[in-house]
Amino acid sequence: MSTYAPSMPPGRISMKGLLRSEWTKLRTVRSTIWTLGATVLTGVAVSAIAMGVTRAHWATESAANRAAFDPIEVSLVGVYLGGSLVLGVLGILVVSSEYATGTIRATLAADPRRPMVLAAKVLVFTAVALVMAEVTSFASFLIGQAILTSPAKHATLSNPGAPRAVAGVGLFLCVSGLLALGIAAVVRHTAGAISAYVFVQLVLPIIVAGFPNPLQHQIERLLPLEIGSAMINNPAPDAFGPWTGFLILCGYTLLILALGMVLLVRRDA
Amino acid sequence: MIEAQHLTKRYGQKAAVDDLSFTVRPGIVTGFLGPNGSGKSTTMRMIMGLDHPNTGRATVNGRPYHDLRWPLREVGALLEAKAIHPGRPAWAHLWMLAQTNDIPRSRVDEVLAMVGLESVGRRRAGKFSLGMSQRLGIAAALLGDPGVLIFDEPVNGLDPDGIRWARLLLRRLASQGRTVFVSSHMMSEMALTADEVIIIGRGRFLAQQPIAEITAQSAARFVRVRSPQLEQVRSALDSCRAQTVLEDDGSLTVRGIDEAAIGEIAARHGLALHELAPQTASLEEVFMELTSNELEYSANTGTEGKRS
Repeated sequence: MSTYAPSMPPGRISMKGLLRSEWTKLRTVRSTIWTLGATVLTGVAVSAIAMGVTRAHWATESAANRAAFDPIEVSLVGVYLGGSLVLGVLGILVVSSEYATGTIRATLAADPRRPMVLAAKVLVFTAVALVMAEVTSFASFLIGQAILTSPAKHATLSNPGAPRAVAGVGLFLCVSGLLALGIAAVVRHTAGAISAYVFVQLVLPIIVAGFPNPLQHQIERLLPLEIGSAMINNPAPDAFGPWTGFLILCGYTLLILALGMVLLVRRDA
Repeated sequence: MIEAQHLTKRYGQKAAVDDLSFTVRPGIVTGFLGPNGSGKSTTMRMIMGLDHPNTGRATVNGRPYHDLRWPLREVGALLEAKAIHPGRPAWAHLWMLAQTNDIPRSRVDEVLAMVGLESVGRRRAGKFSLGMSQRLGIAAALLGDPGVLIFDEPVNGLDPDGIRWARLLLRRLASQGRTVFVSSHMMSEMALTADEVIIIGRGRFLAQQPIAEITAQSAARFVRVRSPQLEQVRSALDSCRAQTVLEDDGSLTVRGIDEAAIGEIAARHGLALHELAPQTASLEEVFMELTSNELEYSANTGTEGKRS
């Protein structure tokens, strides 16, 4: 009886193969196109509507309202509020859809080095999310400002603080998606992960708003949403600076991803 | 070659797999038999490094799954047919797996053709019937042209043509010298496919034997005899220490001696026989016999456990 000898190339499975695989996974399901499209659309649509309405009512606005109006902030509200939710859904699906469909077993059979598998997911998602997040924030800003014609005051990228706000909110969007991905690595269920993410992003700020001061402000500045808000020049009282806040958000994300990695290694697939 | 050494997997207090050891050799189809819930899938997942055993270990070609250099080129597995993203086209499912192990794109089309899915490769897997999903799962297992193949209930959902096709495929893979390990809860299916079976019940090892041997040694083996002189035949056989039972349908069930001996005894006494039919117990019966013993045993230990 002959024993079968498979053809075995030198070396072994590598990160390169994993990255190519994750890219294939991402681009061959429709949910990627839908969520990325919705991310851009949410940011741009909110900006266009807000700016259009502002332009229409500019003549009748009070002087105080005109003075308080910040064209940078208003053009980016949809990006950090709406966009971060939609992009977060994609981050969640990158992990949770593998558990929902059972493909995680095929994935881990193809490459059993679990930390590498999660790292490949994070890297590919980050690359795609970063590009789409910056496209969203710049498109929202530029289209919004184009709608907001004189006499209403509009901004350009040469305004002080504008490049930081626009590029920064794109970074916020990307890292929010990674935070969602990390939550999914811990929770593993799509609905559970989305609930947890929405709770952190939207429900927690509402709950904290009912707390007495100074407790309210001390907690608020630690919330991802307030960190995003500070990034677009609308800081809450006692808020951290935009980049300090961003580092704190990165810290949360790294912690949850590390927890997800430990659990991925320990748990049965 | 697959080796399991004292594999144990507990969920809470209950052991799904209990001190299970066996070796699956190359060149033959080895069936993995047990009732539903007996731990077959859990054992396969532990071999694949997907579930962590509480104690014991499993190796493929002498190494733990985690240490394989090119896992898909050494082991191909079909664990769950429906474990495919429904929105992803069939080719993409295979391609994303192939890429991790540096398997060329041409191999994706090759395996799709091997399982008869070449015309639907661009369709989304969610539109596939269970039978088509099984074929896609088998295609995924064949991607790396591996020497070890693991199939969990591969014929579920296949039509009779598909079952025949899968059976021939498994036999061909084994004849090429590969290790083929295939689970089933149906003994009759294994009888046609496997050369050897490993039988488990409640996560415990019960038997590992060639199919033919298991049947032959069964206690249920007997010979059916019909004769116009049945009473004389019976007394002649009884005097030769055979156990005979007269059945309602007028036949005689004979245990303890084989059909050749019965024929010779009848000839010596000048008795005519109208039927002399050895009845091998079906594998299904042997299987039930083996596993029902195991169920009883488990129930007993359960009570003892409560007392202590």
